Amino acid sequence: MLKLKVNDIDVEVEEGLTVLQACEKAGVEIPRFCYHEKLSIAGNCRMCLVEMEKSPKPIASCAMPAAEGMNIKTNTSLVEKARKGVMEFLLANHPLDCPVCDQGGECDLQDQSMFYGVDKSRFKENKRAVPEKNMGPLIKTQMTRCIHCTRCVRFATEVAGVPELGAIGRGEDMQITTYLEQSMQSELSANVVDLCPVGALTSKPYIFEARPWELKKTETIDVMDAIGSNIRVDTYDWEVKRVLPIINEDINEEWISDKTRYACDGLLHQRLDTPYIKYNGKFEKASWQEVYKIIKSKLENTSKEKVSGFVGDLTNMETAYIFKEFFERTIETDNYESRSDNRYIDISKRENYLFNSSINGIEDADLILLLGTNPRYEATILNARIRKSYLNNSTRIVSLNDCGDLTYPYESLDGQTKTIKEIIDDTHKLSKEIESAKKPMIIIGESLLRLENAQYLFNNLKDFLNKKNKFSEDWNPLNVLSCDAATVGNFDLGVLNNKTNLIEDLKSNKFEIVFLIGQDNLNFAKKNEFVIYQGSHGDKGAECADIILPGSAYTEQDGYYTNLEGKIQKAFKASYPPGDAKEDWQIINELAEFMNNRKLFNDKEELDSSMLNYLKLQSEKQTEQNNNKSNSDFNNENLKIEIKDYYFSNVVAKSSKTMIECNNAKMNLKSTGTEG
Amino acid sequence: MSLRKPAKDQPESFEFNASSLEAANNIVAKYPKGKQQSAVMALLYIAQRQNNNWIPLAAMKYIAKFLDMPYIKVYEVATFYTMYNLSPVGKYFVQVCTTTPCMIRGANKLVEACKEKISENECELSSDKSCSWMEVECLGACVTAPMMQINDDYYEDLDKEKTSEILDKILNGETPKPGSYRGRINNEPENNRKTLTDLKNA
Repeated sequence: MLKLKVNDIDVEVEEGLTVLQACEKAGVEIPRFCYHEKLSIAGNCRMCLVEMEKSPKPIASCAMPAAEGMNIKTNTSLVEKARKGVMEFLLANHPLDCPVCDQGGECDLQDQSMFYGVDKSRFKENKRAVPEKNMGPLIKTQMTRCIHCTRCVRFATEVAGVPELGAIGRGEDMQITTYLEQSMQSELSANVVDLCPVGALTSKPYIFEARPWELKKTETIDVMDAIGSNIRVDTYDWEVKRVLPIINEDINEEWISDKTRYACDGLLHQRLDTPYIKYNGKFEKASWQEVYKIIKSKLENTSKEKVSGFVGDLTNMETAYIFKEFFERTIETDNYESRSDNRYIDISKRENYLFNSSINGIEDADLILLLGTNPRYEATILNARIRKSYLNNSTRIVSLNDCGDLTYPYESLDGQTKTIKEIIDDTHKLSKEIESAKKPMIIIGESLLRLENAQYLFNNLKDFLNKKNKFSEDWNPLNVLSCDAATVGNFDLGVLNNKTNLIEDLKSNKFEIVFLIGQDNLNFAKKNEFVIYQGSHGDKGAECADIILPGSAYTEQDGYYTNLEGKIQKAFKASYPPGDAKEDWQIINELAEFMNNRKLFNDKEELDSSMLNYLKLQSEKQTEQNNNKSNSDFNNENLKIEIKDYYFSNVVAKSSKTMIECNNAKMNLKSTGTEG
Repeated sequence: MSLRKPAKDQPESFEFNASSLEAANNIVAKYPKGKQQSAVMALLYIAQRQNNNWIPLAAMKYIAKFLDMPYIKVYEVATFYTMYNLSPVGKYFVQVCTTTPCMIRGANKLVEACKEKISENECELSSDKSCSWMEVECLGACVTAPMMQINDDYYEDLDKEKTSEILDKILNGETPKPGSYRGRINNEPENNRKTLTDLKNA
């Protein structure tokens, strides 16, 4: 620990920290533009100048390492003068267009010039004008406003792993641009909008939409992937205007993926706002009472074995739980399922479907083995962590398949499951590596669990790791990478049926009533089934439905989600459902009341406490199942990673115009052939 | 100086020829393994020498792949340094120094001569496509100001008439004699040496 003084306050800091961090520890705020905690140090904006004893000139605190016995002053007239001078230079070329700038109201330069600037400029020269740059469909550029902090360049190079941004030219003519103005090929690209301290890079879909002080801000959870990124949803009246990240060091750090940020315009389109009944192939508006009545009579006239229910990928846990209760208590059947394919899962123990090493654990891992997963598209934020781990520790990363550019180098194997068997049988060179690794990570994707031999592979991998003593108090090397927000929550609640194969039964048209809750990924040919669809968007599920119950999207109701690590987080209501739509749990509750004259739960609190109680009980009775796993069962299979189209992976993203534009931008770039 | 843009007409591909490749490998070998990116400036210069004194985008891509670095990083370096030409220049490439000492000694007259003889604007090929000129910063020959550089040779102690003569010769395909045009030997004082007179080769 180093001892130094900041404005006569004694502080102790760890070695390797900078003067700026020491000042923050002493509670002194230092203005800055180029410095950012998560990025490398550039030291080019000079805004963080402070006075150091025995130094004739002010020092850049962001780039100066703290040292023993330093005496730092930040409140002297010298510092004030230095800041004013720097600010004057920064504003020499910065246009005075705050009234038409989207950054206005949350602009670092605006705020800091109010505190540290002077009201007049002595520069009489013309201001520099820089042409706009094309950076794709998400980032609007107004490069005249750029103050060359290079945060965006450092983000693209370091965190996103796509070194496509750079500063060309020199001196006054320096310009930030992508290589030949192509759009940025990253799923994290829009984070540069947050990083930009001025209005040079602003959000294209949000252009001229609202001022920050007009928006209602709700801190909630994202559902675009299973990571559970912490987000802030900004709403103006009913409309979700934008989504921003909030810091959670254990999950998303400070970043969110482009889909999380920009799929929110999908909440405005294709919405189901009133109940519908299909008459002669055409949907007609109906009232809640009418649809409940029809559902009641249908359910009463159908034997309970012929009823099935499917829960979708964005459904919150309350809804899944009350849906399960509805099936068990009202219909008295357990024909419910949350998977949309036949992938293998054993929910007897929680660790069988969690990302056990945790997202933070990635940074400690010394060997990462990817089996049947492409984390770049399945869990973008998690991929950024793997890249961080690679940058910090040069972690060795091996993938069974060649996944293309994952933003870090990795060794790819042949994509055959017999290679996994060789690893399990100790005949592959990786077996030795796993054995000698201190903290190996095996990340199993859903593509692997969909294989015919998934059960054999999964259980034997687990056995193999057990044999090598890789499980310990603080490390669990077995990780399942779930793709959807609702997956883990549904498994925790036991919303699946391993006794019968409901998906196959559905495909062979064995059911008479199919109840879909936000489930749009079932590819079945409808025959005579009576399909009830409850959800927020008109997509595949609603298309084949006979009755549509309009539900709410993730920003319109409170609800729990468990992320892939098993962390339960609550999403909060930022807006309200459109038209006659209701919250999902409410619909089921009312339907149950309509059928039995008794609600399942009196109110949301009762539902919540009942659900949390159920989860607690489940976590207490974890039993190891004995899984049959004989060698003879194994056949080699070609493992193909099947991922949903990144920009269209769920109903919200599918309804989003911005996501369509992103997809088009990606396609166009591919077809020109100029990328390499 | 304003930001230099790469030329509109770009060749499809670029590759080092045998001698450039050898030179490039020699330079890369000077740096420790994994630090080969340090050779980028030298390689850009080699590419410029090979490609008629200018660097096409294809060459930047080629160098980026050669050194295993992102395209934008090579592009940044190439746009930063003014001595890399990003668009085609004439076979005779005239660089007129207009930094203060030359300016005081009448460099603007040299520029006038260039405008008359070669082309109206900087970095524009002459009518017979053989020659182009540009103003540059100090070429380090202040003692013989004003001066200009044509390809690898310095032409010093100039005025407008002498510049015009030199440019006429160039445009006729002749190679004028480099060096001082007031009869000085190297940088020696005019007429006679004042010091070190007893040393013949000083």
